[in-house]
Amino acid sequence: MTISFRLANAGRLGRAKSVRFSFDGKEYAGVEGDTLASALLANGVHLVGRSFKYHRPRGILSAGAEEPSALVGIHRDAERKTPNIRATVQELYEGLNAVSQNRWPSLSFDAGSVSDLASPLLSAGFYYKTFMWPKVAWKSLYEPKIREAAGLGVAPDLPDTDHYSARYAHCDVLVVGGGVAGLAAAFAAAETGARVILCDEQADLGGALRYEQGATVDGQPGWEWAQATVAKLAAKDNVRLLTRTTGFGYYAQNFVGLVERLTDHLAQPSPDQPRERLWQVRAKRVVLATGAIERHMVFGDNDRPGIMLASAARAYLNHYGVAVGRQVGVFTANDSAYWAAVDLKKAGVNIAAIVDTRDNPSGRAIEEARALGIELNLGRTVIRTNGRLRVSSMVVQAKKGGPERTIPVDALLMSAGWTPSVHLFSQSRGKVAFNKTTNRFVPGDYAQACVSVGACNGTDGIDPSVAEAFAAGEKAAREAGAKARKLSRPKAETSESWSRGMAGAAPGAGADAKSKAFVDFQNDVTAKDIRLAVGQGMRSIEHVKRYTTNGMATDQGKTSNLHGLAIAAETLSKTMPEVGLTTFRPPYTPVTFGAIVNHSRGPLFEPTRKTPMHDFAVARGAVFEDVGQWKRAWYFPQGGEDMHRAVDRECVTVRKAAGIFDGTTLGKIEVVGPDAAAFMELLYTNPWQKLDPGRCRYGIMLREDGFIYDDGVVGRLAEDRFHVTTTTGGAPRVLNHMEDYLQTEFPHLKVWLTSTSEQWAVIAVQGPKSRDIIQPLVEGIDISDEALPHMSVRTGKFCGVPTRLFRMSFSGERGFEINVPSDFGRAVIEAIWKEGQKHGACMYGTEAMHVLRAEKGYIIVGQDTDGTVTPDDAGLSWAVGKKKTDFVGIRGMKRPDLLAKGRKQLVGLKTKDPKTVLEEGAQIVADPRQAIPMTMIGHVSSSYWSENCGRSIALALVKDGRSRMGETLYVPMPDRTIEVEVTGTVFYDETGARLNG
Amino acid sequence: MDRAAVRETPAEGVTRTFVLEGRSGKNSRVTIEPAAPAYRISLRAPAESLASLSRALGVKPPEQPMGSAYAKSGDFAGKGGRVALWLGPDEWLVIDTQGNDPMVDCARAKALHSAVDISHRQVAIDVSGAGAADVLNAGCPRDLSLAVFPVGSAARTVLGKIEIVLLRTGEEAFRVECWRSFSDYAFTFLAEAARDVS
Amino acid sequence: MLLIRCPYCEQELPEIEFRNAGEAHVARPPDIANENDADFEKYFFIRTNPKGIIYERWRHVHGCARFFNAARDTVTDRFLLTYKAGEKKPKKLPGAGKQ
Repeated sequence: MTISFRLANAGRLGRAKSVRFSFDGKEYAGVEGDTLASALLANGVHLVGRSFKYHRPRGILSAGAEEPSALVGIHRDAERKTPNIRATVQELYEGLNAVSQNRWPSLSFDAGSVSDLASPLLSAGFYYKTFMWPKVAWKSLYEPKIREAAGLGVAPDLPDTDHYSARYAHCDVLVVGGGVAGLAAAFAAAETGARVILCDEQADLGGALRYEQGATVDGQPGWEWAQATVAKLAAKDNVRLLTRTTGFGYYAQNFVGLVERLTDHLAQPSPDQPRERLWQVRAKRVVLATGAIERHMVFGDNDRPGIMLASAARAYLNHYGVAVGRQVGVFTANDSAYWAAVDLKKAGVNIAAIVDTRDNPSGRAIEEARALGIELNLGRTVIRTNGRLRVSSMVVQAKKGGPERTIPVDALLMSAGWTPSVHLFSQSRGKVAFNKTTNRFVPGDYAQACVSVGACNGTDGIDPSVAEAFAAGEKAAREAGAKARKLSRPKAETSESWSRGMAGAAPGAGADAKSKAFVDFQNDVTAKDIRLAVGQGMRSIEHVKRYTTNGMATDQGKTSNLHGLAIAAETLSKTMPEVGLTTFRPPYTPVTFGAIVNHSRGPLFEPTRKTPMHDFAVARGAVFEDVGQWKRAWYFPQGGEDMHRAVDRECVTVRKAAGIFDGTTLGKIEVVGPDAAAFMELLYTNPWQKLDPGRCRYGIMLREDGFIYDDGVVGRLAEDRFHVTTTTGGAPRVLNHMEDYLQTEFPHLKVWLTSTSEQWAVIAVQGPKSRDIIQPLVEGIDISDEALPHMSVRTGKFCGVPTRLFRMSFSGERGFEINVPSDFGRAVIEAIWKEGQKHGACMYGTEAMHVLRAEKGYIIVGQDTDGTVTPDDAGLSWAVGKKKTDFVGIRGMKRPDLLAKGRKQLVGLKTKDPKTVLEEGAQIVADPRQAIPMTMIGHVSSSYWSENCGRSIALALVKDGRSRMGETLYVPMPDRTIEVEVTGTVFYDETGARLNG
Repeated sequence: MDRAAVRETPAEGVTRTFVLEGRSGKNSRVTIEPAAPAYRISLRAPAESLASLSRALGVKPPEQPMGSAYAKSGDFAGKGGRVALWLGPDEWLVIDTQGNDPMVDCARAKALHSAVDISHRQVAIDVSGAGAADVLNAGCPRDLSLAVFPVGSAARTVLGKIEIVLLRTGEEAFRVECWRSFSDYAFTFLAEAARDVS
Repeated sequence: MLLIRCPYCEQELPEIEFRNAGEAHVARPPDIANENDADFEKYFFIRTNPKGIIYERWRHVHGCARFFNAARDTVTDRFLLTYKAGEKKPKKLPGAGKQ
């Protein structure tokens, strides 16, 4: 039976429903509205984790997003185990299962805590010093051991079953932060009719009103005013309220990233509900109302469980109704901690003492504490604490030293002051300015259309904050185009003032102090570490940060940065602004990969493009390969064939009878206009003006550098209309390249380009029987060799649907490519297949297509060329119009190096052993006995087993290749050297007789 | 799906395959369904040709960025018709859902232009309902508020990882056009996004 | 993600609809075939790569598909002006030099 620290007469959760949860296997009860942290504290549990480096027991420091210590794993089920969740923001739900991290074998006894005893070895920069050598020890010893001992939670080992969504949103005014300032700003902006988005990381809006007991707005208690304002905003069509939503990144031109948590607080989320939603907001104006974060005091052993921020204790009391202890001490340099003591005392909790480093503090806070009979120790300091798994006492001493006094406590509240949250402002590239009077960094010069209001702007006091925020909200809306309206602002009152305080180590935590005074709890960085870093030569705060890792943990130093800076500045005898502030970078708090990836996973990771004949190929048993985003039929195995046998059969069948092939993925561009031929002349090396309508030509496209960029068969459909084909992968970039020249270099040409890649399904029928197969299906086109010779195109009907019928070949056989409107591709290939079977035809895939074209020495751009191959290198000089005076690449081709001797030229290779198939990419040498590294004179670009040739065949780019015909060259491999003979590039039907039937 | 909208005369046994056949997505806030087949052309022309093309097509290609114009006979929200979408300063997408091939009409226009049949290049998906804009904004970065993207607005833009043409056919209705092989991605994306807008 | 004003669409639109296309105002020589090596090198290889204002080409590739020109500050990543392809390089830029 655990003792309850829930107070009957405190907080707002009242008689809320009880909620069961477990922590490290032990069952507890909390109430609806609790966070995991408040529920644990209600059960008297302070110890929740072990620290990163020293494995020291750690508790709950805060009540919000800045939490560095209370990190736990939340295990929803086997798939959904989320590590490093801040217990202070995790809302409780029925059955929540939390586990502590970074401890073995148990939280209360952690074997790793010996590293605390070994801590002299683990001082600042130990990463850089201790493990320098021997080098091999890194992999085998240091890294695995460090990884085991250090690190935070354990990454989940199964795929995440949750889903995540995303939304682009636009608004006039985005307000980040829903405390009193944010609400006032949003309300003012919304009243003008502007489109407003208000987001806040908490489940409820209200910010510090959650715990600031004495504040009133428009005569209402602050929290009640906040909830009433929320209701008013929620009722407006022009307002989008996003709770549980963190503004994590501020990018260019008021583009702000928000992440909304939708299900992490639910016991039984609907499977349709995304876990998180990424909002990408474009706002005309941004109002930052991100508040301030309380700093801890830096003193000896300030990290024991039970030691926490004063504002946190106040939130646990005033909102959750939880007392963080029964005998509570306070250590402060600031007024605001007094209010925590006052509230606790009034709720019946004993305040052991307030220790204040200030000699003569005055004001309402101090007076009230005195009036309540709380013991005040002014001008004193806490030099260390005692306790093993929880603080048991604090040791108090005068600032200048002297006798020590030990005061028993079971909780210790601290406040060094408040740090304005300038994270998003700084991310927006705004420059922070240091305010000497208040000793803090506040927004200075703005870089974007945004404004900071309230505590994040260094504005003290609730009424000035409301006034500033209200005016800023109205102004932002007006600047975004909304009409000005006369509005009266809410009036707020409070007795509290939170300004001032201190930064750096408390008196007594100086250089000679023995115990550890933590600056950064999450990365276990102490005041001593920072002094050491400075002592070892670090001068810039960026160097100190990286050397000590101060502020580099998942909390990004929300509580520690300013302390670290103050200690470094003091050690360097400089002012804080002279040492400088480290850069704030997104994200403000950790963002899941799920939210960043959102919809783009599984089938939406990347579009999968399928041709209209895809299902037909599936039905024929095709194995597919990925070609860019396309799925292409690779080969069609029959009766248990492996790939090689299937490809051999397909290749032989094409040459003996015929084969049917899906060529849809080829890019197609329609070039239309009276200047179409003139444009083609400029974009391709070939001459086009004299190509008759109805005829085709193999075209080569260069870049201006003279290298081959793409190729394809082009058919002239009419005087003013060309049907251009491109490689599959080249389709988008070729169109872009053509558009670029047309729009910017040749805009005088009357011609337009349209992609028709997906208008047409393309079915290639290749082989001696191809004409017989398609003959019965063709209407209105004479497909005889005389009427439709090789490299011709006609329009007509095929299976009754419109077609562009090409007589062309990429196999060296008589061949046709039948273009039909895409939606008919499936039906037409079925019809062709039906005819084809009568003639012994087969389906063939991309692999057989590659082999067949290699047998004929036809290149594939991107395989036999690599962006440094000229038409001449590829043996394609014949395709360059000799009389042409201009085309893209004409000048590049004439560069001296491209004309010089010794260029790699495309040749064929035959292995001396016909059964040996070379590896594509293998290097070629002239003398295999030379010393390594050998002089490489070329490489294999294409290599296959050719069943039709009864031997292996290969294409290669070899230095001066065409003058080496008949030479023997060598391909050194790891296990042997392969002898090859240089040959021409055509291995089959050298005269080309078969093309013409 | 109304297939009668496009007249074709294929041979017996040769049927048209609709890539999104049978797909549908519907919840309380949004309905996603494949649109009926349509004739489409990519029309390119200089400004001085527009009068002649308007007469031939029965619709005047709009000259305002993001504009669209319907033929007299109808509108998209109703029983279909012909609409010309401004895609660029000399580029329009003409869609006809009443079975009249605009290629045929363009052939009558003597003025300088380029008309290319892209009826099968593209597939359309209708997205409608109170949550329609939110569903699209899951992957479309444009401001789809009625003030910025009013009814009749048209634009080529982005949806997730693909390019689309978006036409607002009503306050709560959009037509999404994309290339055929991207339509599976588009539909899957919209259906997935709709889960978040129910 | 930046907003880029497309001079053809006449509005600011999200960067992912656009694609950069390299430095602007590098005109292809009319008689390129007969350019000497030095001139061709200048045309084809040499780019200014300034720290500060760069004149560059963009294409509204997923929008109106037009190429256009922009003046952008490479230090602040701010677009100062966009203008249509073929228009002269502007002599004055609005807000040049501002952070």
